[in-house]
Amino acid sequence: MKRVVITGAGTINALGHSVPETFEAMREGRCGIGQLEFRDVERLAIQIGGQVRGFEAEGRFNRQQMTLYDRFTQFTLTAAEQAIAQAGLEFHGDMAARSGVVLGTAGGGVSTWDDNYRSVYEDGKNRVHPFVVPKLMNNAAASHVSMQYNLKGPSFTVSTACASSNHAMAQAFQMIRSGMAPAMVTGGSESMLCFGGVKAWEGLRVMSKDACRPFSLTRSGMVQGEGAGIFVFEDYEHAKKRGAEILCEVIGYAMSSDASDIVMPSKQGAARAMSGALADARINADEVGYINAHGTGTAANDKTECAAVADVFGPHADRLMISSTKSMHGHLIGGTGAVELLACIMALRDGVIAPTIGYEEPDPECALDVVPNEARDADVSVVLSNAFAFGGLNAVLALRKV
Amino acid sequence: MSTRDKVIAIIAEQAVLDPSDVTEQSTLEDLGIDSLGLVESIFAIEEEFDISIPFNANDPSESDFDISNVGAIIAGIEKLVAEQS
Repeated sequence: MKRVVITGAGTINALGHSVPETFEAMREGRCGIGQLEFRDVERLAIQIGGQVRGFEAEGRFNRQQMTLYDRFTQFTLTAAEQAIAQAGLEFHGDMAARSGVVLGTAGGGVSTWDDNYRSVYEDGKNRVHPFVVPKLMNNAAASHVSMQYNLKGPSFTVSTACASSNHAMAQAFQMIRSGMAPAMVTGGSESMLCFGGVKAWEGLRVMSKDACRPFSLTRSGMVQGEGAGIFVFEDYEHAKKRGAEILCEVIGYAMSSDASDIVMPSKQGAARAMSGALADARINADEVGYINAHGTGTAANDKTECAAVADVFGPHADRLMISSTKSMHGHLIGGTGAVELLACIMALRDGVIAPTIGYEEPDPECALDVVPNEARDADVSVVLSNAFAFGGLNAVLALRKV
Repeated sequence: MSTRDKVIAIIAEQAVLDPSDVTEQSTLEDLGIDSLGLVESIFAIEEEFDISIPFNANDPSESDFDISNVGAIIAGIEKLVAEQS
């Protein structure tokens, strides 16, 4: 089995347009959530979100590209450029033939659906742009990354709602560990912050009108975000041989299905994913210093997740730190695990634990060290990243300092 | 149909029961309506009466809308309908 390391990271999200900007915001406990700005927002009951601001796609992509790139693809390509530049990899010959792209997204080109439905239903038009389908398809982002960087190996898109990115990164990890691929571009993106995207979520009545406050007794629900997180996963020996800078090692993962309810999470499903990741990584529970929580800020998630952590870690649950960075960047749905992996990398590399901001009052059912409101310096060597999706599909990754 | 009868009809449909089996004393739990069923019922009631019900599924007990039993729900709806007209 090959060891797998991360040699490149890129992002764009409500906290910043790069990894350093995002780290700085996480260290400062800055909130990227604010008033949403897009057409018809006044008709929404929920008007806040972690929207990416100051992103001028028109200057970055040419006219032809703009007709093919939905916002989720634009985010993906922006983050992929950073990640692949940092890794310093170029894909030629056998390396290109065996390396691929596995990305996660829940909705794909949601705003392309939204704009074109509006055009035909509301505006009564009878013709849409010829590229609507290749623009909105869930695999569009993965395909454009593949084309841009000559990645010709196994490439596809995983869609498991809020666990999409973690499932995608688990696949990429597995491909390198098994020797199938020397390197993989992986992660995920989401862009649902448009009228139809938010309106659909409103229906479930789990969205907060004011803030995302995971684990706080005063929590009022989840807040959506948008953006992308993209990484280069690479065979450790391959990375070492070429003298690449290693950000951290991916040491294991597990996936599980609750097989119980389409929206309510299960403690057993979450616990099986966490304990499975520990077993796959061959580590003891007490080695884990930090967990990046799924931590959506809904009562259902937060209570279930904390109970699952207590079950898996026993007395060590009171010693480890667990935080939800969704409080800062919002819930990126299919892209969330990817952006949250950055908090794991920051913990391992910089020894800084990102806080759970917006925390007001302890919830007895979430009685763990949730790193409230302020980032903390801590030396941790092993971390987990949790993602528990609607549909009961769970994926947990384990990472280690190198 | 009165507001009361309409609300009971909606709840009965959600619970797959005959409206005569739904009383004002029934709780949603008695009727076998789970959280997702409740969200669906609230939606159906909003559509029926063209009102907006202040209900947050995260913490139903913290909402400004009493769902402790069918009678409380009917009273809440009647108030909202009256406020609207």
